[in-house]
Amino acid sequence: MRTKLLGLGAVAAASALVLAGCTSTTGDDPGTGSEAELVIWTDAEREEAITAAAAKFTEETGAKVTLVQKNFEDLRADFIAQVPTGEGPDITVGAHDWLGALVTAGVVDTIDLGDNASNFEAVALEAMTYDGQLYALPYSLETIALIQNADLVGTEAPSSWDDMIARGQAAGTERPFVINTNGETGDGYTMYGFQTSFGAPVFVQDESGSYTSEVGMGGAAGEAFAQWLAANGSAGTGILSTTIDYDTNNELFNSGKAPYTIQGPWAISAFPDVNVVVNPIPSAGGQEASPFVGVQGFYLSSQSKSKLLAQEFLVNYLGTEEAQRALYEADPRIPAWSTLAEEVSSDPIIAGFVASSQSGVPMPSIPEMGSVWDFWNAAESQIISGADPVSTWNTMIENLTAALAG
Amino acid sequence: MPADTARRSKRISQESHAQRWRGIGWGFLVKLALMALVNAFGLAVIVSAIGTESWIILGVSIVLLAAADIIYFTRRALPLKYLYPGLVFLLAFQVFTLGYTGYVAFTNYGTGHAGSMQQAVDAALIQSERRVENSPSYPLTVVERGGELGFAIVDDGTLRVGGPDDGLADAGSASGFGAPTEVPGWTLVPKGTLLTDPELQQRVAELRVPISDDPNDGSLRTRDGSSAAVYRSNLVWDEQAQTITDVDTGLVYEADHSRGLFVAPDGSRLLTGWIVGVGFDNYVRAFTDPALAGPLLQVTGWTFAFAVLTVFTSFALGLFLAIVYNDPRVRARRVLRTLFILPYAFPAFMSALLFRGMFNAEFGIVNDLFFFGADINWLGDPWLARFAVLWVNLWLSFPYWFLVCLGALQSLPGETIEAATIDGAGRWRRFRSIMLPLLLVSTAPLAISSFAFNFNNFTIIYMLTNGGPAFDANTARLGATDLLISAIYKISGVAGGTADYGLASALSIIVFIVIGAVSALAFRQTRKLEEIQ
Repeated sequence: MRTKLLGLGAVAAASALVLAGCTSTTGDDPGTGSEAELVIWTDAEREEAITAAAAKFTEETGAKVTLVQKNFEDLRADFIAQVPTGEGPDITVGAHDWLGALVTAGVVDTIDLGDNASNFEAVALEAMTYDGQLYALPYSLETIALIQNADLVGTEAPSSWDDMIARGQAAGTERPFVINTNGETGDGYTMYGFQTSFGAPVFVQDESGSYTSEVGMGGAAGEAFAQWLAANGSAGTGILSTTIDYDTNNELFNSGKAPYTIQGPWAISAFPDVNVVVNPIPSAGGQEASPFVGVQGFYLSSQSKSKLLAQEFLVNYLGTEEAQRALYEADPRIPAWSTLAEEVSSDPIIAGFVASSQSGVPMPSIPEMGSVWDFWNAAESQIISGADPVSTWNTMIENLTAALAG
Repeated sequence: MPADTARRSKRISQESHAQRWRGIGWGFLVKLALMALVNAFGLAVIVSAIGTESWIILGVSIVLLAAADIIYFTRRALPLKYLYPGLVFLLAFQVFTLGYTGYVAFTNYGTGHAGSMQQAVDAALIQSERRVENSPSYPLTVVERGGELGFAIVDDGTLRVGGPDDGLADAGSASGFGAPTEVPGWTLVPKGTLLTDPELQQRVAELRVPISDDPNDGSLRTRDGSSAAVYRSNLVWDEQAQTITDVDTGLVYEADHSRGLFVAPDGSRLLTGWIVGVGFDNYVRAFTDPALAGPLLQVTGWTFAFAVLTVFTSFALGLFLAIVYNDPRVRARRVLRTLFILPYAFPAFMSALLFRGMFNAEFGIVNDLFFFGADINWLGDPWLARFAVLWVNLWLSFPYWFLVCLGALQSLPGETIEAATIDGAGRWRRFRSIMLPLLLVSTAPLAISSFAFNFNNFTIIYMLTNGGPAFDANTARLGATDLLISAIYKISGVAGGTADYGLASALSIIVFIVIGAVSALAFRQTRKLEEIQ
């Protein structure tokens, strides 16, 4: 018995020592609130640039900024899961098409840019707006465009799909044109420019430009696009093929086996052997081809304990030309800050993507968009590999409409 | 056993090492240090659990910590001293996960239902509060009077000040155009204090100062503590009645506690809902929703076929090669055996990705080399895709069975087989009646665990076909090669679709029950095999 008591006493004393050791390193008791802190989630690419803005912020306000690095793919799900528990960050980096899901989950707060709004590209602010409210500070744009091999087909932009195919065939390469279909999975995103040129947007836009949840791909325009897919699919000309995935696509273009491809700025580094020229996507259905424009920005948590501080940091520190430039240099994408976008357009490749983004539309950010991809991609893939275009397309529209209603 | 030996062994078994402790030895010090660490960690968890008001975690950690101290400082619970760490890990990583999945399966957790009802109300109010059109930004100072907070702004050279109850009132003319620096009757709150005091910040962020007697004119609000603008909300929350009223349209959204939504009489609803228990709805949906039930049934059938066929084919091939390469007449056996194990050394997901390229109809090496460049769309046809998945998994897993069978073959009793040979049994007879039953005694449990593993073999499906090709009707986004686990992944929406964690959890629980039942049955069968020995 005596040894047992001795043991307990000893363990208590030792625990106290260990505990004292722990607490002295972790700092003050968080309950006193003597120090304000902002927690920001970011991915690796942007961490450095935010650090610079954070250092200035800490110096001027005395508030501490803690950056937590995560995988970009995990940010949305983690943010939705953790904000309601009170464990989430004050600010997170994110893409604009998450907005619908974030608003529906009730995890984001509105932000007010005030007079600062005029410094940003209109399409970027529009993308970050949901039901008339601005929810994030935008900082970059991205879109896809027609990339062509200047040595094979010159620098001039083709006037239409038929013109492009004719020039491609005249170049005498193995294929006139390649486009990623993500193997059997389908890739509605990359194909969207051609789809809009038939007048079949994924969702109908109301007069203010906001997307409604009404599917816009049905009807005669959608059927015409489906027939075009089939006519150029494996049962037709074979120009579109489910054998092409991202890497194959880049390989065929880079090796000169195809003079045209449709890609985003992220793929440019995969084309070291090509004299690249970037142009807007040509029309296949007669109307203007409008690819999706994606916008990246910073969201504010609805459960943030330091809303004033977070707003101050977003608007007055990240929303400055200096911070936006640092973000561009850390991770070069088309800047959402207008004067900066103009400045970087001196690079012809970036200028090509900027031109393409100007004819583009923001990717719908309504939560319904999340349900679209699987149905849409699969239907396109099936039509390209030879399924009946009209019935497959209409079945997809029916199923999608049913899924959105339920 | 002699009597005194028995007595001594009995005494030793009763005596714990605590009793045998003679002064402070190294062992005791190590134990003390370890227990101090455990206690420190446990106390740290308890303290932070109190801080974040997580009562379940608090209760569990108190019980676990107390149990740890009792077990390691009394002499009664000797076996528990060895079992306890394992039990804690079992509880933390398995029972908890399972219990939590079970709980989610009975809720509507998913897109639009991510938090509590209070958070849904907050979100609705946040989303409805808009800056009044053309409202300018006023330079602002936060002021304080007897514990009450207020706003002081400069509006066209006039100083206006007020709190949330009485609203803004003129307080004379202001000097300059910046934020007010002197407000009679009020104390100024410096911006530095404001930004570094989270509690004060919270109060200021929630503060609304009406600009006139008419509430429809809106109220002043600040977003950053140094400027204010007029905002107006069209939604009003009535906590008593549990309703949210839209003052512009007159619609009253009532809280529907069975669905976790605010619904108006005309059927329209607010965007943000909350988590509620939905009973067995998720299970009922999985079996009755026509968009789900049909595809899920097909997926279930293929899952069983995939798991059984994979284990069967790879076991058969592995065993066959093991018997062949165990024969002493084969030259260079060691080198050949090593070569056979190579696929086993490759990461499975890399192999699956490589095979995806090799099965490509146009560029793939499979069509080029073995089918003279024919355009066979391996991954685009449902049956060919299933065959391709089985083939790749055979390639990946036969080396495992090759290794296992090689080991088992070498431990077979040589004399039994020799005796059978002398008795005149042929090669096939010896294999069927002696080698195979003896082999199965040691390999059957492995086959069962391999079945359970392949039942949930997410990697190969995700990397090779991603479940495709899609079912023709394509109602539930599922495809011909989807296993239950990849179907659950798609339904859960983690990859970017609309999420339904409740349904996904309900399906996981069903998969758990199926695997558990199949494994239990199979293990009972293998016990019969052991009777052979």
